[in-house]
Amino acid sequence: MSKVGKSEVRVDGFDKASGRTKYYEDRMPAGALYVRIKHADIAHGMVKSVDTSAAEAIDGVVKVLTCFDVPDIPFPTAGHPWSMDPGHQDVADRHLLNRHVRYWGDDVAVVIAENDVAANQGVRALKVEYEELPFVLDVQKAMEDGAPQLHERFPNNILKHTDMRKGDYQKAIEEPGLIKVEGWYDTPTVQHCHIENHGCYAYEENGRIVVVTSTQIPHIIRRAVGQALGRPWADIEIIKPYIGGGFGNKQDVLYEPLCAWCSTQVGGRCVRIDCSREETFVSNRVRHAIRFHIVTWLKKDGTIQARKVECFSNQGAYASHGHSIVAKAMGSFPQHYPCENMECDAWTVFTNRPAAGAMRGYGMPQASFADECNIEDCAKALGMESYEFRKKNIMPQGFHDAFSGNTNYYDTYRECMAKGAEYIDYARKKKEYANDTGDIRRGIGMATFWYNTAVYPISLETSSNRMLLNLDGTVTFQCGETEIGQGADTAYAQMVAEALGLASYRDVRVKSCQDTDITPTGLGAYASRQTYVAGFSIRQTADLLKEKILKYANELTRQSVACMDIVDGNIVRKEDGVVLMSLSELAMTAQYNPVHSEHITAESTYTIRNNAYSFGCTFAEVEVDIPMCKVTLKNIVNVHDCGKLINPALAAAQVHGGMSMAIGFGLSEQLIFDEKTGKPLNGNLLDYKLSTFMDHPHLEAEFIENAEPTSPFGTKALGEPPACSGAPAIRNAILDATGVAIDHNPINPHVLFAEFSKAGLIHDDWREEEK
Amino acid sequence: MYDMKALYEAQSVEDAIRLRVEHPEAQIIAGGSDVLVQMREGRRAGKELISIYMIDALRGVTMDAEENLRIGSLTSFSHITRDPLIQKYCNVLGEAVDQVGSPQIRNIGTIGGNTCNGVTSADSASTLHAWEAIVELTGKDGVRRVPIKDFYIKAGQVDIKPDEIQTAILIPKASYENTFGHYIKYGLRNAMEIATLGCSVNVRLSADKKTIERCRIAYGVAGPVPMRCPSAEAVANGAQPSKELSEKFARAVIDDINPRDSWRASKAFRQHIAVEMAKRALTRAVELAGGEMA
Repeated sequence: MSKVGKSEVRVDGFDKASGRTKYYEDRMPAGALYVRIKHADIAHGMVKSVDTSAAEAIDGVVKVLTCFDVPDIPFPTAGHPWSMDPGHQDVADRHLLNRHVRYWGDDVAVVIAENDVAANQGVRALKVEYEELPFVLDVQKAMEDGAPQLHERFPNNILKHTDMRKGDYQKAIEEPGLIKVEGWYDTPTVQHCHIENHGCYAYEENGRIVVVTSTQIPHIIRRAVGQALGRPWADIEIIKPYIGGGFGNKQDVLYEPLCAWCSTQVGGRCVRIDCSREETFVSNRVRHAIRFHIVTWLKKDGTIQARKVECFSNQGAYASHGHSIVAKAMGSFPQHYPCENMECDAWTVFTNRPAAGAMRGYGMPQASFADECNIEDCAKALGMESYEFRKKNIMPQGFHDAFSGNTNYYDTYRECMAKGAEYIDYARKKKEYANDTGDIRRGIGMATFWYNTAVYPISLETSSNRMLLNLDGTVTFQCGETEIGQGADTAYAQMVAEALGLASYRDVRVKSCQDTDITPTGLGAYASRQTYVAGFSIRQTADLLKEKILKYANELTRQSVACMDIVDGNIVRKEDGVVLMSLSELAMTAQYNPVHSEHITAESTYTIRNNAYSFGCTFAEVEVDIPMCKVTLKNIVNVHDCGKLINPALAAAQVHGGMSMAIGFGLSEQLIFDEKTGKPLNGNLLDYKLSTFMDHPHLEAEFIENAEPTSPFGTKALGEPPACSGAPAIRNAILDATGVAIDHNPINPHVLFAEFSKAGLIHDDWREEEK
Repeated sequence: MYDMKALYEAQSVEDAIRLRVEHPEAQIIAGGSDVLVQMREGRRAGKELISIYMIDALRGVTMDAEENLRIGSLTSFSHITRDPLIQKYCNVLGEAVDQVGSPQIRNIGTIGGNTCNGVTSADSASTLHAWEAIVELTGKDGVRRVPIKDFYIKAGQVDIKPDEIQTAILIPKASYENTFGHYIKYGLRNAMEIATLGCSVNVRLSADKKTIERCRIAYGVAGPVPMRCPSAEAVANGAQPSKELSEKFARAVIDDINPRDSWRASKAFRQHIAVEMAKRALTRAVELAGGEMA
């Protein structure tokens, strides 16, 4: 009986539901000192001095450290695998605390105290003197000559520019009779809003530093802490317990280096940094706001003749994941709707906003928004039903990308679109809603996306794991691809049970907690890679373990290894299915055999040199109350082809979460800044409008299970894909309802008020009288 | 951990008044859903607190001797929503406070705290204004009753003397009798939300339901404190309910309200939705009263 493809209960489900699961704060040693950070309250400038005397006088304050005390070692924070090629290493532009303040919320000093209250009082008592500099928040203004400069090494604030050319765009657009569809599309700065804020604690032990942290990437954090403190990487031990989500924010080096360094400044005592929600909004990472300029040239028959795509990515104050995000966004265009003549350019630009890093979708929610707005407008310009226009132009079956080596093995896009259209009753409703003319109008829209699984060939893709046969016949499993709430541990348990022939996934004991001294080196949870990449090494290590088990069984049963197999936790003879012994009997015998004792274990590393397209689409149905400037999402469905599902219930849950994020991205979420001061205005959960389940209709998740040929388990990316196509589908539904095309998200009531006024759908006579 | 200097727990109203006199700098705390948030933000850090939360005598809804609806100041939002007297005589108040924050906040938050906070966005405020509620304050020298419009002095400031605590909110019989109302909260999401604008309208119709005998409308967030709209009310009072009337009524609120431009919403946007909300709230109130918008 197959162990995969079944909706098993999560291996960590009981403990999580009953509140027993231990997160970093639950493991806190008694007496840990509190570190509280003084964040800059200017957007750009130099720290001239920090008066610490009042803070130091507060009862309970142990030590105050400032940007003048930290080692002069710049370090990178992106959660990317180390590259042996210095040209591909991440930009090292951070200090533990910064004299050059580059955004409102930058880290200037810390107060270390016996308790939380004293630490907070200490921070409030610090007097920081700045030399203020002009600041810039807009990505294109930051590129202008004479704009405020954030980093000396990057003239015009351009971190990086890359381009892509295909065919001859300039020549192609000279063809007479083409229809031009041009637009500017803007996406906002948003934050991940994982339920557990980032935090960590650190202490010294036997001359080394231990950091327990809420992260997605323990092995990468070890390297970065070593770099930041100028210590050998092996001096650092990172422990990652269960975490309350990350969505990419914790695929970055956050406060682990600062925490480790603070411990070294107080004699190795345990110190803790616990981010508040407000700090999480501003002083962790955000999603890149990307502005797109797209020009599409169409033939009258609906063929795309040529496309120009320019992408301007707002990096904020520090490089973090940098150009990788917009490079991925730009790279999606030539494959999503392939055409012969393309000119694409992408810039990543520093501004005085919070640093942007990885966030679920890694550039694709932005790209999908811009691309699917423009494609919808192309269909409208042609007078073609946009479903048909997509069907005609979207990536065809057999499409091959030479760079990644990806192939579109099936006609997946069209299968997903057909399934979504059927669920939502697209054709009938589209026709019916076209007749709505009153204050309340209904509309229906769609959008599509594609997503890469894992990061090959851009970065290293490797996965290691260890399996140990326990005396009771169960197997302990460890790997470096982390559980971050997505359900990875359960998927691993099912895959290991399947690969080894155990009776149940419950016979796999997944050691969820990673410890970089013990756990086989892995890269962590990101890039929607865990199930795909772990699949390779799970299959490989299981084969090794099985071989050892059967070899030992040969000693005990005198049957040849080739004649035996493991089925439902027993050693069986293949030919007649006779049970020779249980795994438990074998393990006990092997362990306590007075002449040949063996603890049976296996581990291996698999370097993955494949990648896989993941596909999908969203259909959304809205009701727009025009006078109230309100959109109600009535119905939404995501259809995904992520290959074979390991656990359908967990897969659906993954999709629901992504859809929720897409709804917020489309309709309500945006971090906003005061134009006069650069101060973030709504960095809290009241004023930042994260959507709630009261704002959601039923979230429908559907799947097309085309087996991925490169994966041992036929699976591919699902972690990030659900967040990609929701926002443009909603935008296109609003367009369908009202005829108003809105090219920037979130499409909130303020935006609708402005757009409906402009379109003449609402008219306030008193405003003219006031003029 | 909260940065508080001291916490005094009052066991009775008298005890609370004594503590107020003894600790003039102290802040009163009821459910704490505002005060503790402000303390955490550092705004009230290091303050003394007087908790009145244990005074059960201040909880519950009753009908007093003059048949005024009497709501004890510590009555929670969820209690008010489920209270049979409120449901019978002033259902709209229960509906309004059911839109505060989340279920947890509605269980801990109190109507006294909501009003004493003095903020224009409080979900109870526009309805209490539209129903001409009376605020009861108890101090050293006895009980004082203040019309709610006078209780709100300016943003964040209400009329409580240093030796007083708020003990009840009264809805007079003349106000609730034969009166039906509707509240619309405009927010950017459907839960966990602070009002962009709140609008509460109530009407009393003639026996034949053909005439609006009395119409009252009040807003939250249309100015620094909650406010009534006399021009709009004048349009509706004595008029026959109709679509045309609702348009005229709604248009008239522009002369009464004074919303401001802020990063949370522009003045123009608040004005626009204020008119639409007035129209819809009046229509619904007339329907609830058994009338029809001809």
